[in-house]
Amino acid sequence: MDYGLDTKSTRLKTFNTIFIITWLLIACFPFIWTFWGSFKVRADFFSRSDWWYAISAFNTLIETGGKFTTNAYTQAWTEGEFWKASKNTIIVTVFVVSISLFLGTLGAYALSRSTEKYAFWILMAALIFRAMPHITLVSGYLFPFFELQIWGILPTTIVVLVAINQPFTLWLLYSFFKTVPKELDESALIDGCSYFQAFRHIIMPVMWPGVITAGLFSLMLAYNDFTVTALLLNQENHTMVPKIQSYLGTNQHEGNLMWAVSAVVSATAPLFMLVMFFQRQVISGLTAGAVKG
Amino acid sequence: MPNKTFFWFFLPTGLAMILFIGLPIISTGIQSFYAQHDQVVKEVKKCDPFGCTVSIVVDNEETSKIREAKPLGKFNGFGTYTDRNHLAVEEIKKFWNETESFGAFVDQVTNLPFYKALIFTLTYCLFVTPNVLLLGFIIALSLNAVARKIRGPLIFGTILPMIVTPLVGSLVLFWMIDSQGIIGANIQNLMNDPYLSLKSSKTLTWITIIIYGIWHHSPFAFVVFYAALQTVPQEPIEAAIIDGASRFQRIKHIVLPHIYPVVTFVALISLMDNFRVFEPIIGFSAEGSAQSLSWLIYDNLVNEEVILFGSAAATSMMTIIGIAILLAPVLIRTWKEFKTAR
Repeated sequence: MDYGLDTKSTRLKTFNTIFIITWLLIACFPFIWTFWGSFKVRADFFSRSDWWYAISAFNTLIETGGKFTTNAYTQAWTEGEFWKASKNTIIVTVFVVSISLFLGTLGAYALSRSTEKYAFWILMAALIFRAMPHITLVSGYLFPFFELQIWGILPTTIVVLVAINQPFTLWLLYSFFKTVPKELDESALIDGCSYFQAFRHIIMPVMWPGVITAGLFSLMLAYNDFTVTALLLNQENHTMVPKIQSYLGTNQHEGNLMWAVSAVVSATAPLFMLVMFFQRQVISGLTAGAVKG
Repeated sequence: MPNKTFFWFFLPTGLAMILFIGLPIISTGIQSFYAQHDQVVKEVKKCDPFGCTVSIVVDNEETSKIREAKPLGKFNGFGTYTDRNHLAVEEIKKFWNETESFGAFVDQVTNLPFYKALIFTLTYCLFVTPNVLLLGFIIALSLNAVARKIRGPLIFGTILPMIVTPLVGSLVLFWMIDSQGIIGANIQNLMNDPYLSLKSSKTLTWITIIIYGIWHHSPFAFVVFYAALQTVPQEPIEAAIIDGASRFQRIKHIVLPHIYPVVTFVALISLMDNFRVFEPIIGFSAEGSAQSLSWLIYDNLVNEEVILFGSAAATSMMTIIGIAILLAPVLIRTWKEFKTAR
C-alpha cells in the first residue's frame, strides 16, 4: 500500500522523464527511420552526397515524381519473390508453433506432476540444451541430412526448430503448470479419470494463458530464426530472414538494397502488431521462469 | 505420477530433444575427428610440336569416387583441433621460440583465426553482459516510477529491440550508422573527416557491435527486473524512509537483495546468448574486423568449394566446452542445493 511516503523531488521527476524519453528514442527511432526510408529510392535513403535527402526526398521526386514510392515493396514482393519467402515463413511458423505446443504441454505437465528425482535432472539437461549455440547443432545436422537426402526441405527444418525450441518451452510451461494446484487433477483422478483425461479436460482449460505465452515464444523463434533456416533450407525454400540476407548479397544490383529495406519492414510489421496485441502474455512468459528463481 | 504414465507423456518431447539436440552433439563430436579428403592429382603428359610437358591436374573422377566411398572424410584424430585454424599448437610453439618480447608473442597469437574469434567473443560477453544488467535495471526502476496509465505503451516501445531477430536489428542500426546513413554522415560532418567509416576501423566496428548487443539485450533484462520489482514488499521500504534512508540506500539495501536471484538468472541467460553472438557480424558486414566462434563455424559451413565439416565440428566442440565452463558454476551450485535438499 502506498501511504504517499515515497515523495519524489521535481528534479528527480524531470531527470526520470528525460531518461525515459531518451531511451525510447534510442529503442524505437531506428525502426521508425527504416519505415520512413523504405518509401524512398536508394539514392535518398543511402545518400552519398547529403543525408538530408532522405527527408526531403530529392531523388525520389526526380525518379518517381512523388515524395513517397512503394517501388521497393512491389519489386521485392514480385521480382524478389518475397511472397514465396513469406509463404514459407507462414508454413514453418504454423507447424512449429502447433507441434511444439503439443509436445511441450504433454512433457511439461508430466514434469510438473512428477515427484521423482529424474524430473529434476531432465530439467537440468534441458537447461544445458538451451545453452547450446544453434550453429553448433546445425554443424551436427548438415552431414547426416545430406546423407539421408532430407536437406533443404521444409519438414526437416520444422522438426529441427521444434526440437531446438523444446527446452525453453518445457521450462516455461513447467513453471506455469506448477501454479495450477495439484488438487485439481487429483480430484479428477479420484473420480475415475485417466491422467490423460485429467490433463485434457481439467488442466488444459485453465492453462490457456500459459499456452498462449509459450506459443508466442515458439512463434518468435520460428519466425526470427536465421541460423537454422539459412543453412538447412535450399534457395527455393528460404524463409523471410535468410531471404533478406540474400538481398544484401554480393550482387550489387541497384534495387537490391532497397528490397532488403522494404523486406525488413514487411517482416517486422506483423511481429510488432502481434506483440502489441499480446504484450501482457509476452511479459508474463519472460518472467515466469525468473521470478521463481 | 506413476513412472509409466510419465514415460508416455514425456516420450514425444524427449525423443525430439534426444534426436535433434543430443545426437547432433555426438555427430559433431565424431565429425570433428575427420577431415575432408585431399584431392587426387594425376600427372598429365601433354605433347605438342614443341615437345612434351608434364603437368599436374586434379583427377575429378577419382576424387569423387573416394568421396562417395567415405563421405565422412579421412580420419584425422585430433589433427583438426591442433591445426593452424584451431588451437594452432605448432604455430604457438614457433612464436614462443622466435618472438623476443611477450607483447610480440601475444600479438602473433591473437592474429590466429581461432584465438582472434575467441578474444572477440569474450570481449563481447565481458562488455555486453554487465551493461545489459545495469541498463535494464535503470530502465526498470525508471519505468516503475512512471504513472501506471502510460506504462503499457512505454513498455511496448522498450521491448521492440528485443523482439526483432538479431539480423534485422543489426541491419536497421547498420543502415543508420553506415557512412551513407543518417548517423554516420552526421558524425563525418561533425568530425570533419569524410573518410571516417565503420568499416575502416577495427575498434569502431567492435564498439558498434557491442553497443548493438547492449541495445538488443537490455529489454530482456528490463522485463525481468520490472516484473521482479513488482514483488518487492512495501513495508521495509516505508520503514527505511521513516528511518531516513536515501533513495540510493533503499535500492542498495532492500531492493537489490530482494531481486538478487533474478539478477543471477538474467546474467546467466544473457551470458549464454552473448557467447553465441554471430548474426550481428553478418548484419554489420563486419567479417573483416570482427569474427566470433559461431561465425567461424558458419563460415566453414557456407564454404564455396567443399563444406569443411571437420573444421566446423572442431570449432563447435570447443564452443560447447566454452559453454560448459560458463555453465559449470551454476550447475555445481544447483547440484549442491539438490544434495542438501535430499
